[in-house]
Amino acid sequence: MSEPKKVSRRQFLNYTLTGLGGFMAAGMMAPMVRFAIDPVFKPSAAGEFTSVADVEELTNEPQRFEWEIEQVDGWYESKVQKSAWVYRNEDDEIVALSPVCTHLGCTVDWASNEEYPNQFFCPCHAGRYTKDGVNIPGTPPTAPLPVYESKVEEGMLYLGQEIAR
Amino acid sequence: MLQKLYDWVDERVDVNPIWRDIADHEVPEHVNPAYHFSAFVYCFGGLTFFVTVIQILSGMFLTMYYVPDIENAWNSVYYLQMEVAHGQIVRGMHHWGASVVTVMLFLHTLRVFFQGAYKKPRELNWIVGVLLFFVILGLGFTGYLLPWDNKAYFATQVGLEIAAATPVIGDQLRTLLAGDQTIVGAQTLTRFFAIHVFFLPAALFVLLGAHFVLIRRQGISGPL
Repeated sequence: MSEPKKVSRRQFLNYTLTGLGGFMAAGMMAPMVRFAIDPVFKPSAAGEFTSVADVEELTNEPQRFEWEIEQVDGWYESKVQKSAWVYRNEDDEIVALSPVCTHLGCTVDWASNEEYPNQFFCPCHAGRYTKDGVNIPGTPPTAPLPVYESKVEEGMLYLGQEIAR
Repeated sequence: MLQKLYDWVDERVDVNPIWRDIADHEVPEHVNPAYHFSAFVYCFGGLTFFVTVIQILSGMFLTMYYVPDIENAWNSVYYLQMEVAHGQIVRGMHHWGASVVTVMLFLHTLRVFFQGAYKKPRELNWIVGVLLFFVILGLGFTGYLLPWDNKAYFATQVGLEIAAATPVIGDQLRTLLAGDQTIVGAQTLTRFFAIHVFFLPAALFVLLGAHFVLIRRQGISGPL
């Protein structure tokens, strides 16, 4: 038979005062913490597409297209330049690759190096990618080029967010 | 778990005497509202400090979104108030808290004055208290400009003219505050921001430290 545990007056006061103090502190801190971590909970800009090119223009050879998007950065709105390497692959599907090297963010070029006429080449550290954007082992990049979400509507190519692979 | 953590630190650093020295003091009967309800007047100093802590915290969080620049200040305040979760609450805390600090500070001053608690040996702490009063007023004045709306702009215009009315050095003082001889603008805003978040809080911490150390050394003034 064990006696039911007695809570001493001192313990009781300790618990209630700590609890009450904690409750007040939490009530004070909660809005501020939620305020600070708000960017994590903001909806992303995914799902917004911009018309980039006429589908007729696309060939089997990657071409570079540029377009502008309206970027809303908190209270600051600006136009941001985007660009992509776009071509039709063997299955006649449209592929739109981001030109930003996955090594250190330089801009890659198609077939700019004469030794590798069928590859994307990054001039900064000689990083190379195959035509479908996969990095070639032994060169600096560690990941394939990101692919843009794309869709075709009324003969126009629309590109959205880039997706890392 | 918590006890174990405490013991672990205590074993190495011997924290017990430290917090006992800071916190373990009996509240004299004449200061304790549990004995004499009228002793609530002794709470005003503590309440001033409590609200000041809220001001420091909410201010720290506000600077996560605020920019002290005439192009963006108003927009960033509008953004944090309207778009960021609980922005209204956090800015509200800072906005209303600013007035509450001043009111509490005033009540605290009245209590000390009418009880004669400023008399020897506590004159020095009264002086520190008056300096704290000026620092708090300065914080209120500089913070008022930061949203960069019409009210803020013209209130500062008036404040600067008051500064300019100082004998002899009035004009220089105005220029020093505004950052420009004629314009109340970009330089005024950054200046006020720097004063509001760095210079005055630094002075506030030093003075508050002195205020509390003096209370500890001299004790609370005796019953009337």
